[in-house]
Amino acid sequence: MDLHEYQAKELLAAAGVDVPRGAIAFSADQAVYAATELGGWHWAVKAQIHAGARGKAGGIRLCKTYHEVREAAQALLGRRLVTHQTGPEGKPVQRVYVEVASPYEREFYLGFVLDRKTERIRVIASREGGMEIEQIAAGGPDALIQVVVEPAVGLQPFEAREIAFRLGLSIKQVQRAVQTTMGAYRAFRDLDATMLEINPLVLTKDERIVALDAKMTIDDNALFRQRGAEAMRDPAQDDPREAQAAEHNLNYVGLDGDIGCIVNGAGLAMATMDVIKYAGGEPANFLDVGGGASPERVATAFRLVLSDAKVKAVLVNIFAGINRCDWVAEGVVHAVRETAIKVPLVVRLAGTNVEAGRKILAESGIDLITADSLAEAAQKAVAAARNQGAGR
Amino acid sequence: MSILIDETTKILIQGFTGDKGSFHGREMIEYGSNVVGGVTPGKGGKTHLGRPVFNTVREAVAATGAEASITFVAPPFCADAIMEAADAGIRLVCAITDGIPAQDMIRVKRYLRRYPRERRTLLVGPNCAGIISPGKAMLGIMPGHIYMKGGVGVVSRSGTLGYEAAAQLKELGIGISTSVGIGGDPINGSSFLDHLELFERDEQTEAVLMIGEIGGPQEAEAAEWIQRNMTKPVVGYVAGLTAPKGRRMGHAGAIISSKGDSAAEKAEIMQGFGLDVAPSAGELGATMAAVLRRPRRAA
Repeated sequence: MDLHEYQAKELLAAAGVDVPRGAIAFSADQAVYAATELGGWHWAVKAQIHAGARGKAGGIRLCKTYHEVREAAQALLGRRLVTHQTGPEGKPVQRVYVEVASPYEREFYLGFVLDRKTERIRVIASREGGMEIEQIAAGGPDALIQVVVEPAVGLQPFEAREIAFRLGLSIKQVQRAVQTTMGAYRAFRDLDATMLEINPLVLTKDERIVALDAKMTIDDNALFRQRGAEAMRDPAQDDPREAQAAEHNLNYVGLDGDIGCIVNGAGLAMATMDVIKYAGGEPANFLDVGGGASPERVATAFRLVLSDAKVKAVLVNIFAGINRCDWVAEGVVHAVRETAIKVPLVVRLAGTNVEAGRKILAESGIDLITADSLAEAAQKAVAAARNQGAGR
Repeated sequence: MSILIDETTKILIQGFTGDKGSFHGREMIEYGSNVVGGVTPGKGGKTHLGRPVFNTVREAVAATGAEASITFVAPPFCADAIMEAADAGIRLVCAITDGIPAQDMIRVKRYLRRYPRERRTLLVGPNCAGIISPGKAMLGIMPGHIYMKGGVGVVSRSGTLGYEAAAQLKELGIGISTSVGIGGDPINGSSFLDHLELFERDEQTEAVLMIGEIGGPQEAEAAEWIQRNMTKPVVGYVAGLTAPKGRRMGHAGAIISSKGDSAAEKAEIMQGFGLDVAPSAGELGATMAAVLRRPRRAA
């Protein structure tokens, strides 16, 4: 689960990381009021969306007067901000963060990730802040300072000190950087984060080390014990269909193609999309209905897939293990009757009780195309979508 | 032989008396697995599915001599259950549970390294379909009847893709020595490489099918190891060619977040290290059949 910048900063501040003074605003009036309350001479008005690269996309405005704060908030709120990380549809800006802007001397990068290779937490720092980590890394192996944390004891102060000295800080600044690094590590660990990026981390003119921006992702699997973070969820940042799917414990990811997919199992769902592509078509979505594909879940899946106007054919691919094919077939029949599907439907069933399942489909009188194998199902779905496209 | 389990392996079920433990426990027993008992804290002394229930894994091991366990324990408590099994001397733990926090898995993996290599627990999963040695034993949740006994080893991240592979192979008259699901989580107990090493040493196994997906470095590491160490042919496949970058595709670990994570890159790496790569999930069986027909290179 992604957090907004202001939420991540609130959590970091609680862990002892120095952040600029700021306040959240949902309207231009609130933004101006926030600026007056915060004091200072310059403010940054920052669009809060779940994506980076906001600066280049005009999502961060530096303001010198209250009037400029109002204009910035008005310009940002209510629109969709498109950055190179959001995709062409962008993300809705429903809140702006107003921050006191102070001059700084230097910019650094400080990040924490769950490293899959070492299976540990990796700390990454760099003297080059303010640009994306991929760009920094392109500067060669020496551009990055890295520490892999020993899980039995956690990050140690000497490791944080080594990072700080390699950033080229003075002894006084090093002490503050150690406090920042240790605090950010504790926040990452205690909040079950999978990613935390402070970019840039800055050295201010008065020698403070301040987190100027923050991006944080919390492990979805740990939300049962991270209730505070869970309360920060902003569903408006998610694709509406994906949010709807999540409510029903279905995994849905929208894509650009025209063949809707309903599959059980994440791996088989990905493979089904690939086989459609291999057969010359384009999948409209990823959808895993999970192991226990009850009739209700299958019906919900149909509604989701059919709510995408691009869909010209639907492919149901179920390899029944725990769930039985006859059970899934009943769900398909039920869903087809309920949703009044108007596009061709290809169904491939395999696994437990497959004969009984096929019989239920055949006897239902529903207009559908059946397939025995994965490859055959994909070919039939691609052909059906083409015919449908040509007929329109 | 087969790898990891056979009909003699003494199996313990952790979370035995719950719905899932009961359902799959029954299926495993029916398949012929040697289930010697189960653990549910607080239910020790009872009998369930005709097998004794224990409060702790240590008691269960002392009473039954159990060597392997399978966990049907809820995500908040599963890391604890895995460590309990490791500490009690269980050599093989298969974690079916989906939804264990990643930082719990970091701790579990660190904990398993407390023990010297010769008594260290091999963890399979979590978030996996388990292990089956067809005709011998099942330590998992797969539909046993789709597997035919034979000479191909299967190691897969995804459960259902493993089923798909088993069905395609059976259709072509090709059987399986053991099929292992390593699970879809970003941090898992054992990797492709761990099982490839076992398949290489196993006499029943003639060739291996390795089914990966987007995310993480394990497919590439395995491919490199195969070129240097493996004498048996390996067919590879990577799901997620059409998956968009930065989006989680169902499995917690199925996400393209850094270089080398995409299906196209992994398939290219596999080919670069000399593996035969199935062009599509519809051709897992056919690709393996073609490889098996080819004359074997000298070991």
